[in-house]
Amino acid sequence: MSTKTLTPQQIYRKKADGLPINPGDETLVQRHIISVLLENQSGSLNRVLNMFAARGFNLESVAVGETEDPSVSRLTLATSGNTKVIRQILRQLNRLVETLEVTDLNDADYVEREICLIRVRALAHQRSELRDTLEMFEGKVVDITPETLMFEVTGPTKKIKALIHVLGSYGVLDVARSGRVALARPLIHGD
Amino acid sequence: MTTQNIPDTAGDAIPDEMVTVQPPMVTGSEILIRTLEYEGVEVIFGHPGGAIITLYDELSRIQPSFKHILVRHEQGGTHAAEGYAKATGKVGVMLATSGPGATNTVTGIADAYMDSVPIVVITGQVPTHLIGNDAFQEADIVGITRTITKHNYLVRDVRDLSRVVREAFHIAQSGRPGPVLVDIPKDVLLAKAPLQIPERIEIRGYHVPMQPSKAKVQQAADMIMAASKPLLYVGGGCLFSGAAEELAELARKTQIPVTTTLHGIGAFPVTDELSLHMLGMHGTWYANQAVQHADLLIAVGARFDDRVTGKLESWAPHAKIIHMDIDPSCISKNVYVDCAVVGDVKMVLQELLPLVGKKDTSAWLGQITQWKQECPLDYDQDGLLRPQYILDLLWEKTKGDAVVITDVGQNQMWGAQFFKYVYPRTHITSGGLGTMGFSLPAAMGASFGQRTRPVVSINGDGGFLMNAQELGVISQYNLPVKIIIFNNNFLGMVRQWQELFHESRYSHTDLSGSNPDYVKLAEAFRIKGLYCENVADVQKTLDEAFAHDGPVLMEFKVVKEEMVFPMVPSGASTDEMITKRMTPDSFV
Repeated sequence: MSTKTLTPQQIYRKKADGLPINPGDETLVQRHIISVLLENQSGSLNRVLNMFAARGFNLESVAVGETEDPSVSRLTLATSGNTKVIRQILRQLNRLVETLEVTDLNDADYVEREICLIRVRALAHQRSELRDTLEMFEGKVVDITPETLMFEVTGPTKKIKALIHVLGSYGVLDVARSGRVALARPLIHGD
Repeated sequence: MTTQNIPDTAGDAIPDEMVTVQPPMVTGSEILIRTLEYEGVEVIFGHPGGAIITLYDELSRIQPSFKHILVRHEQGGTHAAEGYAKATGKVGVMLATSGPGATNTVTGIADAYMDSVPIVVITGQVPTHLIGNDAFQEADIVGITRTITKHNYLVRDVRDLSRVVREAFHIAQSGRPGPVLVDIPKDVLLAKAPLQIPERIEIRGYHVPMQPSKAKVQQAADMIMAASKPLLYVGGGCLFSGAAEELAELARKTQIPVTTTLHGIGAFPVTDELSLHMLGMHGTWYANQAVQHADLLIAVGARFDDRVTGKLESWAPHAKIIHMDIDPSCISKNVYVDCAVVGDVKMVLQELLPLVGKKDTSAWLGQITQWKQECPLDYDQDGLLRPQYILDLLWEKTKGDAVVITDVGQNQMWGAQFFKYVYPRTHITSGGLGTMGFSLPAAMGASFGQRTRPVVSINGDGGFLMNAQELGVISQYNLPVKIIIFNNNFLGMVRQWQELFHESRYSHTDLSGSNPDYVKLAEAFRIKGLYCENVADVQKTLDEAFAHDGPVLMEFKVVKEEMVFPMVPSGASTDEMITKRMTPDSFV
């Protein structure tokens, strides 16, 4: 249409896709945690990751491990996008032959955890202060050298990021993060 | 898993009491061949090589119930499998060796993936103990084809082989069809195992939605009855599900006009009054006008491809959309739809038909007739030889009773516009991937698949050379393929874009002086060649070609700078359709 005014139908479609209606509007991008039950076979994880790369979907973290059934693994993916993109991600995941169940955890309440190991510079006079900080984050010291400490901390990603930020002033030497794992909370009667 | 005992390979009668005895131990190669027979395969295309030499040895020993066709290049073989599948509706099968044999199939596999063609590609692989060692003729074909197959397999244990092949056929042809690749290492083909073909196939992560939701069908029916400017927008999915009859019934019962995509051609007769022919980039002006004014689009097995919609934002600005498709990932992928009916299109239409009645669409149809008169498909009739004229005469000669396989580029668009398709599965082309060199091998595959209709392969001079080696197969089997080459000594479609959008700088598209003599090329393969360079001789050339009992190549020397019109420039809105040649500055 040469005219700039949108028809009601065009506005309806944009809203449904989470796209900006007026020039200058922000696209509504949301983070989603998606849980996938997958055939535990060689190549099946690869197939999921290839699909994300081939279709240009964003992937923030991936965590994978066997479930109670050794033939099935659970994949927890953190991704982000507007409504249209998230809808496509879920459908393309479902389309793969090796996916058994795909759940968008944002649809319900869920528990999210990540484990992180952090090696930080720690001189003798800083150690008690560091231990206080660590206590607030419910972390543990898992390795110690004359100049460094290694911490283990578990929690939602926000908490991990906050700790890394706080430790920044001491000198963070190495970080290893597991990526998120998450499970939906069962619906309680009355919810 | 239930298994079936197969009689021993010599075919001797087995006494009843012996049936429970352990099935005979046979090689992986024989298990593969027997499973292909079990699947009802009639023809496979293939090319031998080191990794599958033992399979070829078993082929000569067993003399299976299917035919093996030796292709001249694995890409040609894969397109032949596609052509066979598209002409017959059955699964096409291609067999290639490891490494280069396997990688040569990649273009055909990607083509089949984009166009939802059911093919199974079987590749040899180096022995399992050498995988990952950069062995001679090793390529990770499963990794390479992961994003261009519906599914693929590497078989590591001969006891899985029969099940995997059966799963491959099931996945390829069910739901939204597509290519499946099975990679088999040499040692697996040599290993012995009991010949047990699983009777039932169950894949726990693979479910095909067939039956649509009743509520959704009712919603669709209500929307159809409420609309005043409805339009059926029909894609290839309608043909895959065999729903052409139901579609025609719906259109005629409700008096709703029909436009098809490139792959939807044949689902509804172009000669019908309700037909608007093709929509999109090179569709008719009136079909695109109808889309832009419609208040309801009923998409039947179509995927809102960018060549159909042009600039998405301004496409079908007033239309509510109903989308019927078997693939949920297609729904609202490009355009958000108001009513999604997921299921087999034939079943959806069957459930929908009793819920709709006659509609008064006469005002809307009147408007469409006016558009048809305002800007019909036409071309200059100035005595020069133009491809459109040849297609007109080809239609007159066959009245649509031919399988027409076009290549990619201008010949493809003229082939879609000017031949009036009236039957399902009579139009075959490479739409999604747009693979030049598709037509000749696909025509060869279609010719092995069916002989009730003549097979016509339409080509440009550029694309034809990309798989011309398959003339060898066409000659060997004396396949009655009528090959047409529109020779304008240009890569015509690219040249057209260069004229329109790049100020006529014909960068590397001029083939004059380097093109071969196509008639002599045909004759080198012992195929009859005919040459025609003026309007007066076209009829005679076609008559002679169709009278000949075998393959014929017709080279038509056509106008060098003919254009395909109308046209929506790439990325432009459907409202900005160019209907005739203008000066280049009109488009800046």
